[in-house]
Amino acid sequence: MSCFLTNSSVGKKLVMSISGCFLVLFILFHMAMNLTMLFSREGYNAICEFLGANWYALAGTALLAAGVVVHIIYAVILTINNYRARGTQRYAVTVQEKGVAWSSKNMLVLGVVVALGLLLHLVHFWSKMQLVEIMDAHAATVSYEGMDNLEVAPHNGAALMCVIFSKWYNVVLYLIWFAALWFHLTHGVWSMFQSAGFANDTWYPRLKMGANIVATLIFIGFAVVAIMCFLNHETWLAESIVAH
Amino acid sequence: MNFTLKIWRQRDAKSQGAFETYQVSNISADTSFLEMMDILNNDLIHSGKEPVAFDHDCREGICGMCSMHINGHAHGPSQAVTTCQMYMRKFADGSTIVIEPWRSAAFPVIRDLVVDRSAYDKILQAGGFISVRTNSVPDGNAIPIPKKDADESMDAAACVGCGACAATCKNGSAMLFVAARVSSLAKLPQGRVEGARRAKAMVAKMDELGFGNCTNTGACQAQCPKSISIAHIARLNREFLAAKLQD
Repeated sequence: MSCFLTNSSVGKKLVMSISGCFLVLFILFHMAMNLTMLFSREGYNAICEFLGANWYALAGTALLAAGVVVHIIYAVILTINNYRARGTQRYAVTVQEKGVAWSSKNMLVLGVVVALGLLLHLVHFWSKMQLVEIMDAHAATVSYEGMDNLEVAPHNGAALMCVIFSKWYNVVLYLIWFAALWFHLTHGVWSMFQSAGFANDTWYPRLKMGANIVATLIFIGFAVVAIMCFLNHETWLAESIVAH
Repeated sequence: MNFTLKIWRQRDAKSQGAFETYQVSNISADTSFLEMMDILNNDLIHSGKEPVAFDHDCREGICGMCSMHINGHAHGPSQAVTTCQMYMRKFADGSTIVIEPWRSAAFPVIRDLVVDRSAYDKILQAGGFISVRTNSVPDGNAIPIPKKDADESMDAAACVGCGACAATCKNGSAMLFVAARVSSLAKLPQGRVEGARRAKAMVAKMDELGFGNCTNTGACQAQCPKSISIAHIARLNREFLAAKLQD
């Protein structure tokens, strides 16, 4: 039983499905957490404090990292297999088949964009929050509008968000990242049901609509926070620095 | 009608192939695609050239022999028909038609437009059957089967094994073919008995022969001449995973 997840095509797809499902659930949680920022900087920082470098947050981070790594490794293995199976000779003429979504044929490219965005995100936030705590440092220094060494405490996520999103190019980069994630999820969310065998002709329209709704909610939820931080960074930063 | 044909010519499996351009003229709009190919070959033979090799047999859409990739479509631009059932009225007069063989690592080109599809036979031999005594015809009403199950089984059984699914799939996956064969038997009581063994054996054979992994694009069902749904792939996934988890 243990081996079909690594040596059969259908088993490998199940691993993609389950790891993908886990990541979508995490992203929904992360989005809900971010939305707190719109109503209360203090509330957002309370969540950051709760998710510091304590044992449960570290265990959660490790599990999440494992999910990301498994999803990426399996994607690479499957893609290499598929590339070989396609053969060396390709068609001279190809068309976009009816009813085939563009995102479904470009999951790897979209996944690479999402992974690059994730790296940037880890540098922007994780390295200045949980990592600072793990390293036993007191605060990370960031530059904000002429101030070259503004000290931000590891639990002051609200201040960090204002600093990052005060720069317009960061907002653009994050929006590109969210857009790639939107495309990835419009295929991924319904596809996880298909790979696990929970789908039929009655349910395809429902699953695909559900995937579009989940992907769109996630896009809007993250984008609105980034944009609001860009628009209100001065007042929100002052609030979160004072409150801390 | 007149057409310019760009056809893939390849001497044998080892040779390098290339496109050759041919002209066909005075083709009736009601000529089938394969008849048009016959007319071209007739012209080629009369002018002392090698005719184009292509697979064909029943010419009524049920044998699964014809296998051309025409203008980017498996079996041409018509929906839900095999190449033999497509007529030249589907194409604009004077247009150029590009004809290629199936392209997939598991379907090597033998000559011109003919590919070796014995990989599908091997998958079938691995489990696409039921082990029952086959002599006299059984009583039709001996085993009652709900209409819905019979219909679903028949929809899957419409698969002619032409290979369009794997040839269309960007991953070279044979999942739609395997799913159709597993599904058509899984929905019937006679097939249920060996259901778990069949799903495992056929998926294992498919993987062994070098077919790719399904990424649920749905390109196969769009190009399938029998319009077989990817819902059968979901059933295959169910059958396979349930069988593995029971082990």
